[in-house]
Amino acid sequence: MKEPSRPNPDALLAAIKQEDEKLRRGRLTIFLGMCAGVGKTYAMLKMAHQRKADGLDLVVAVVETHRRPETQALLEGLTAVPLRTVEYRGTTLQEMDLDAILQRRPALVLVDELAHTNAPGSRHPKRYQDVMELLETGIDVYSTLNIQHIESRVDLVRQIVGVTIRETVPDTILDQATDIQLVDLPPDALRERLAEGKVYLGAMVQTASANFFREENLTALRELALRVTAELVNQELREVMTTRRIEGAWKTNAKLMVAIGPSPYSAELIRWTRRTVSIMGAPWVAVYVESSAPLSEEETARLAKTLSLARQLGAQVVATSGDDLVKTLLRVAREERVTQLVVGKTLGLRWLEWFKGGSLVERLIRESGDLDVCVVQTGQSRETRTASKRLSLDLKPWSRDIILGGASIALVTVICWLLRDVTGYWAIALVYLFLIILLATRLRRRAIISIAAASALLWNFLFIPPAFTLRINQIHDLLMFVMYFIVALVIGNLTARLRLREWSERKREQRTAALYRLAQGVVESTTLEEGLRRAVQEIHNASGADCAVLLVGQDGRLSTTPHPAGTWTLTEKERGVAVYALEHREPAGRHTDTLPESDCLHLPLKTVNNKVGVIALHFPNNKTLLLDERELLETFADQVAVMVERYWLIQEAGRTQLAEESEKLYKTLFDCVSHEIKTPLAVIQAATGELGLVFDLVKETKGAQPFLKEIETASRRLGRIVDNLLSMTRIESGRYTLTPVWCDVDEIISSARQQVGDLLSRHQVRVLIPDDLPSVKVEWGFVEQSLANLAANAALYSEPGSEITISAQVDDSHLVLKVADQGPGLPQDGETRIFEKFYRGPHAPPGGVGLGLSIVRGLMTALGGTVSATNNPTRGATFILRIPVEMKRIPESL
Amino acid sequence: MTEPAAQLVALVIDDEVQIRRLLKLSLETEGYLVFEAETGQEGLRAAVYRRPDVIILDLGLPDMDGTEVLKRLREWSKTPVLVLSVRQELEQKVTALDNGADDYLTKPFHAAELAARLRAIRRHSPPETADSVYQTGALQVDYSTRRVTIHGRDVHLTATEYALLRVLAQNHGKVVTHRHLLREVWGPQAEDQSQYLRVYMNHLRKKIETAEDASKLIQTEPGIGYRLSGSD
Repeated sequence: MKEPSRPNPDALLAAIKQEDEKLRRGRLTIFLGMCAGVGKTYAMLKMAHQRKADGLDLVVAVVETHRRPETQALLEGLTAVPLRTVEYRGTTLQEMDLDAILQRRPALVLVDELAHTNAPGSRHPKRYQDVMELLETGIDVYSTLNIQHIESRVDLVRQIVGVTIRETVPDTILDQATDIQLVDLPPDALRERLAEGKVYLGAMVQTASANFFREENLTALRELALRVTAELVNQELREVMTTRRIEGAWKTNAKLMVAIGPSPYSAELIRWTRRTVSIMGAPWVAVYVESSAPLSEEETARLAKTLSLARQLGAQVVATSGDDLVKTLLRVAREERVTQLVVGKTLGLRWLEWFKGGSLVERLIRESGDLDVCVVQTGQSRETRTASKRLSLDLKPWSRDIILGGASIALVTVICWLLRDVTGYWAIALVYLFLIILLATRLRRRAIISIAAASALLWNFLFIPPAFTLRINQIHDLLMFVMYFIVALVIGNLTARLRLREWSERKREQRTAALYRLAQGVVESTTLEEGLRRAVQEIHNASGADCAVLLVGQDGRLSTTPHPAGTWTLTEKERGVAVYALEHREPAGRHTDTLPESDCLHLPLKTVNNKVGVIALHFPNNKTLLLDERELLETFADQVAVMVERYWLIQEAGRTQLAEESEKLYKTLFDCVSHEIKTPLAVIQAATGELGLVFDLVKETKGAQPFLKEIETASRRLGRIVDNLLSMTRIESGRYTLTPVWCDVDEIISSARQQVGDLLSRHQVRVLIPDDLPSVKVEWGFVEQSLANLAANAALYSEPGSEITISAQVDDSHLVLKVADQGPGLPQDGETRIFEKFYRGPHAPPGGVGLGLSIVRGLMTALGGTVSATNNPTRGATFILRIPVEMKRIPESL
Repeated sequence: MTEPAAQLVALVIDDEVQIRRLLKLSLETEGYLVFEAETGQEGLRAAVYRRPDVIILDLGLPDMDGTEVLKRLREWSKTPVLVLSVRQELEQKVTALDNGADDYLTKPFHAAELAARLRAIRRHSPPETADSVYQTGALQVDYSTRRVTIHGRDVHLTATEYALLRVLAQNHGKVVTHRHLLREVWGPQAEDQSQYLRVYMNHLRKKIETAEDASKLIQTEPGIGYRLSGSD
């Protein structure tokens, strides 16, 4: 079935997402030229002046004028951020001051020479990484770039000009540019400018003119620059079509996969593929198949570099394992739905390939089915070719192999020489074979093969008649000799291979065991400290590194002091690297692209949705980190992160449970106390009331009524004190839940009045509420209690018969309640003290403990409101409550 | 008004012996025959055997929560229940009333007030099916014709106002919570819109509480609801 040409939803989503990302990030404009001297910097500055005239806040981060007067003149009038001076091995270098720019946060920054390599000790090794960081924070950047610095064109440029370019930028940065400005100049014009001294000054003109600036070079470079620009424009157009769903933009469903290995040619293959996909606009995968044969240190390092190059150039990198390269490649190709497979044309040993059933390429083509296979010629330039060392298993010196092999051969030869009359010369061949088998378990393959050859020759020379010649007379001796030679070689080879496999198995097992031990340690340890200590120990065992562990604190920031489980301490500078690693969720520091000059490798401790900290590893004396070692360490870091998160969750759960338990206990106690005190009070009050009714009926006992009144007053007072004490306890413990409800202020006021009705009975109470007072959403009980306490306070401190005014109003988002009395007013300096616990004013009537007002303050604090008191202009005091509320005005006519 | 033949039966469910004794004494002077129960279970059993006319229920019982007793009781009985408790939070009261209590009184309480409340909630209970005319004081509501009169004069009510009055009248003497009123009049989705209620209630009050009739017909239970109880 053929796929209809409709947009794949994932692709569409990805396109939209990328588009969004572009919007959020700063915009990058690149002024692209074919070589130095075409006027890129000039064009950039020109444009900057225009933007500045538009009123844009722009700064010059770094501009190389090469002392060209026209360019220098253009720098006038632009604000420049001073360069940072770096001391490096006695010389001072000047670099862009990234932090100063980030702090200043301009809208646009001018950064010349995108391909520049930063001075050692800078945050990023390359300037384009600085630019990426600027873009990430939303700052726009103008930059310049020569065509020869684009990573995927490096090989082509080398073919044109014969020079390998070292300073390169990955193609992905071109993809991220929102605008590419091609600065073009015909070769003749450029050569003219060169001759006039506008490009280089003095004697350099001559050399430059003769070498780099030859006309044919310039023409080729110009074509390259034009082509790159055209490709980029084409790609942009395609992106536009994708987002707008224009029919016909879906002709290619192509996806490329390039097979790479530790070979030095892999980088070329990657660049080739990148060039191809950028023209096709197709996604691509770089696949590395790990075989059971281990890699040398050099190969591992090169592989890591190649893989990171592929990543930089935008490939999806897949690493898999399998001993049959062809089968594995085809499996991955099917899984990834690849349409074209790119492999390098390798120069192997013909007869060996024939023996294995055809060369790799031939087998691939035969078994690939409908998959296209592109075979790319690599290694055209001999200069990149370096001898690759295969199979250096252990790092023991070759001399050991030579001494051990030579000594044992010599010893066995001497013994055989002495016994030759007894044994005959045929048996001696077997003794030699036995020796080879023994040695094969000890020595590396090349040594074994040499020993096999040496023993064959020795046997022939010393033992096969005629002795002391290499001549063999007898036909069966000759046969024996040839057979011996082959058997010795095969045995040596096989044993060595067996050992290799065993070695890689052991290595794998070590890794698994280390991970297992870590996991086990995590499970067994009961505290976070113990778990971390174990993890640090395991990391030390696995890599020899000392660790510092920094965890994220309660405030969500990385703690300043390392966790005590660590065995290393960090300087302030290293801590900065750790913060970077955490924020960007990727490793930083030594052995990475970010701040490689640091002392430690900083691995972020991250889980799927959490960042819990950073683990900093300090390796002893300049150890190189192998790929699989680093992978293991990163896996460790992930495990540790999961562990830390788990402990946090457990802690959290524990805290919640504790709070619940104590809440329950508190409530039981509280209910119990309030019940036990209130019940007898209720009995007293009810019985008194009943008694009053009875006494009223009988004439003889009427005189007892005043006593009953006293009992009633006392019990009410007691009840109020109990209520106050309980409220105070509740507020101070913070054990209350707020459940605000919609209510009417007049209802709250009348309810509060009811509560202290007996106290207010001898006062004139006025309530002033505007008719249009809205409904408010507020914690009913708290407001009611506050009002009741204020009313009680007013009644206690003013003469019976005097007036108490309760009023309510709202202002913007607050409910304002006032209680005014006509008592003696506030005591001097007592305006704040009256709200203190157990404070009693100078005019306080007997009775009462001075809790009422402090409870009001507590309740207001809980509601986020305030209580204040002032003296009235004439007489008495006014208490004011201000409570933040939600309010709703309901039109009276519904 | 009390008929001598049928003595009223009250059931007191409270674990405090002093409260029970006190209630018994005071209710007996009011003419009730009083039965006591110490636990929720005992109370529920007594409610079956004694067929009380009114139940006084404490919320803090040793074996089960008072609200639970109320729920089980309401599964089969319409006997008026007055909740008597030390718990004075608004929420407690509303919960009890929503679960079928007729009124709520917090301890400490006055014996006289208790007696008055009991009289009020007892009235509306049995013959609500037969009565098509409700009368309290000067107010008369004829359910069949939807006619409302005060002192014989017609009062014109809107549909919503009439619905409110009807719910209050059918629950005479009982505190009707905001939620209950809103659900009955506007439907369950309006249960949280208590601010509307105030407006309608004000309109209703203006129309039926005339100058001559000074006694407040509709009483506000602050924060809880309304109660219709005329001078009877």
